[in-house]
Amino acid sequence: MTFEEIQKEAKADWDSLYHGRAPHILIGTATCGRAAGAMPVVEAFNEELARRNVQARVTEVGCIGLCSLEPLVIVVKPDSFAVCYHNVTPQMVPTLVESYIQNDDPCLDLALGTVEAVEGEAVYIPELSRFEHEHRLLMRNCGYIDPVNVNHYIANGGYTSLVKALQMEPAAIVEEIKKSGLRGRGGAGFPTGRKWELCRRTPVQPKYVICNADEGDPGAFMDRIVLESDPQQVIEGMIIAAYAIGATEGFVYIRAEYPLAIERLTVALEQARRLNLLGDNILGSGFSFDIEIVQGAGAFVTGESTALMYAIEGKRSMPRARPPRSVKAGLWGKPTVLNNVKTYAYVPLILSRGADWFSGIGTENSKGTAVFALAGKLVNTGLAEVAMGTTLRQLIFDIGGGIRGSKKFKAVQIGGPSGGCLPEEMLDTPVDFDSLRRAGAIMGSGGVIAMDEDNCMVDTAKFFLDFSQRESCGKCSTCRLGTKQMLDILEDITAGRGRIEDIDLLIELAEDIKDGSLCGLGRTAPNPVLTTIRYFRDEYEAHIVEKRCPALVCKELIAYYILPEKCERGCEHCVLVCPVEAISTTEKGIKVIDQAKCSKCGSCQLVCPPEYNAVIRLSPPDSVPARRVEKSG
Amino acid sequence: MEELRKELADILLADRKDRRHLIALLQKVQQKLGYLSREAMLAIADYLKIPESTVYGIATFYNQFRFVPLGKYPVKICMGTACHLAGGALVLEAMARELDIEVGGITPDHEFSLERVACVGCCALAPVVVIGDTVYPRMTPPKVEELLVTIKPASKKAAK
Ligand SMILES: Cc1cc2nc3c(=O)[nH]c(=O)nc-3n(C[C@H](O)[C@H](O)[C@H](O)COP(=O)(O)O)c2cc1C
Ligand code: FES
Repeated sequence: MTFEEIQKEAKADWDSLYHGRAPHILIGTATCGRAAGAMPVVEAFNEELARRNVQARVTEVGCIGLCSLEPLVIVVKPDSFAVCYHNVTPQMVPTLVESYIQNDDPCLDLALGTVEAVEGEAVYIPELSRFEHEHRLLMRNCGYIDPVNVNHYIANGGYTSLVKALQMEPAAIVEEIKKSGLRGRGGAGFPTGRKWELCRRTPVQPKYVICNADEGDPGAFMDRIVLESDPQQVIEGMIIAAYAIGATEGFVYIRAEYPLAIERLTVALEQARRLNLLGDNILGSGFSFDIEIVQGAGAFVTGESTALMYAIEGKRSMPRARPPRSVKAGLWGKPTVLNNVKTYAYVPLILSRGADWFSGIGTENSKGTAVFALAGKLVNTGLAEVAMGTTLRQLIFDIGGGIRGSKKFKAVQIGGPSGGCLPEEMLDTPVDFDSLRRAGAIMGSGGVIAMDEDNCMVDTAKFFLDFSQRESCGKCSTCRLGTKQMLDILEDITAGRGRIEDIDLLIELAEDIKDGSLCGLGRTAPNPVLTTIRYFRDEYEAHIVEKRCPALVCKELIAYYILPEKCERGCEHCVLVCPVEAISTTEKGIKVIDQAKCSKCGSCQLVCPPEYNAVIRLSPPDSVPARRVEKSG
Repeated sequence: MEELRKELADILLADRKDRRHLIALLQKVQQKLGYLSREAMLAIADYLKIPESTVYGIATFYNQFRFVPLGKYPVKICMGTACHLAGGALVLEAMARELDIEVGGITPDHEFSLERVACVGCCALAPVVVIGDTVYPRMTPPKVEELLVTIKPASKKAAK
């Protein structure tokens, strides 16, 4: 089949979806959708359609990035407009089928908005305020196309860049990528074109292309969503990279904890092979290249590029000293290009729309867009893709919708265990590689976690350090022992055993670990501690000097207390839920916590009915009022 | 024992006999048996003609590998960033208390095992607990007990 024929078939398939004669139901079933209950919704639609004998197709799609509104369902109806419904439950399905699929009521009260612009009150989704701040390149298809139907990708312009690339000189492709200013999205921001050029110029065969889909940051999931929602763009980017550097074999190293992404990528690879977009003599060009999936075995350090190559070789993934650079001697000692999932995904776009178009987006030194995983205390959690240079404030307030409830914003953690916590004053920092680094954070993995006044900065620093410390491979003693020392100090501080000189000691240790470690894990592990000290030193001091945790988080520094005047007396919720039987009832019916028994699990506070709200936390623990002796009679 | 050897042989022979595939082999064996038994690791070393210490060295380096079986209901508590900030540690503590086992352990009746994982990718629903393939969103200590009861009505008693 020629590519024109492939395209024609793909268009026909795609048109049957959005312009077919039968209604079409798209259900987001990426991991986040599934967790929110998307699979029972799929089942409910299939059953309801069969029961009513309605002709309609149900397709599982990826994620449009609005995780907090999942399960999301798009109903495409011939001769009418497509509507997207949010937080869909199986119970809603009969209504949707009857009202909009069989009749003409689009149930706009259940909808997020329409997918096509229509006149009237209906909200047009791209015009939702958050989308106005977004700039979707990598996520343009996410949630709209079937990730395991290559036709959908092709019908939306997919693989034209590969066709174009195969007619170009490999050196010209590298030139174009260099000109675009694309920098790697795996964290460090190394210029992609330069990496490719170095590898292309190394006169050794064979060469390898590796895609880093290890995504080890414990709060990031962009790569997973890209692979679950539109995997072909990553494959196309890898094939172009291989052609540009002269590689014949490629690997996607993906964490085993992403079974759905692995499944969808596996199908996508097969489909690409079937159309001869991958494999021997691609599209008759004489160029051959194939991709193998290697499943990670769970170790954060494996995400480091030299470590990852050892993992593919079946060895322990411990980073090595450079040089030699991987582009000269990488996998099995051969020249290797290793890039992040998103880095490859930009490549087809750059070739089709041109380097100048790409470099027109973003800032002077950071081109294009950045994809962030928004999580934590935000109203809208999920994915966001914005032009580089967008400020953190826009990301958190305009797109993320600000902090949930009536709480106040305290800090944003960006870049995961290698990143930092930035306070309110830093929110006007533009998100680009260099500005974030100056602020003490990093672009890193792209995890953005918003914290409110209920989050303790010392505890947060401890959390990330605990992670890095566990994940240190142990090769460098500064990293292995230094992170442990820092963690011990933080544990002391959060337990009320801190000394004021510990703050300086932490800073000193941090500098030594940064200087003395071989890889990025050790070199960045102290960042969460350093930024919290830099911006929230007062919280450290409160823990150390007053033995007080201002956010009421650190267990050893808080106590639970039942306000006698608020306790309803008749209700027994707290008494029943307490796992250690620490709550007793006085003669007057007031509930009292025995502080010596209390395990501080917080259950009593959670079950105390909101209308009473009698359970509070106090810090320091000795601020609990002494129990009044009740007079009998 | 015989059965194990045969099962292992099936897995091993289906794969290429190459040092490179050691990690993949360990993954396959673990998937089949639920964990890496001593016998299984020795068999792999024998099959690939590499020292047993190499197999152990790899298996103990990576977090994915476990050396005790999983329970019938494998419980995983998310300890990723979003879940931590939303109180994941309290959920873990409650789960460990209810099941009366520690992280990495299994109940005496082999019904429940307990592990911590880092971000299962549903941060919007934090904190989450995963049991088998099901994700339980927005967990709290009081919900832990309820959850265990619905999963296996007699579980609490059995576990104790
Ligand atoms: C400890 C550690 C973990 C890393 N984890 C990842 C990861 O999960 N995914 C990733 O793409 N890059 C990760 N990196 C960065 C890689 O080493 C490498 O720079 C990157 O994958 C290169 O691709 P890029 O040029 O496209 O950014 C990690 C680095 C370190 C030091
Ligand atoms: S942190 Fe728990 S699901 Fe992401």
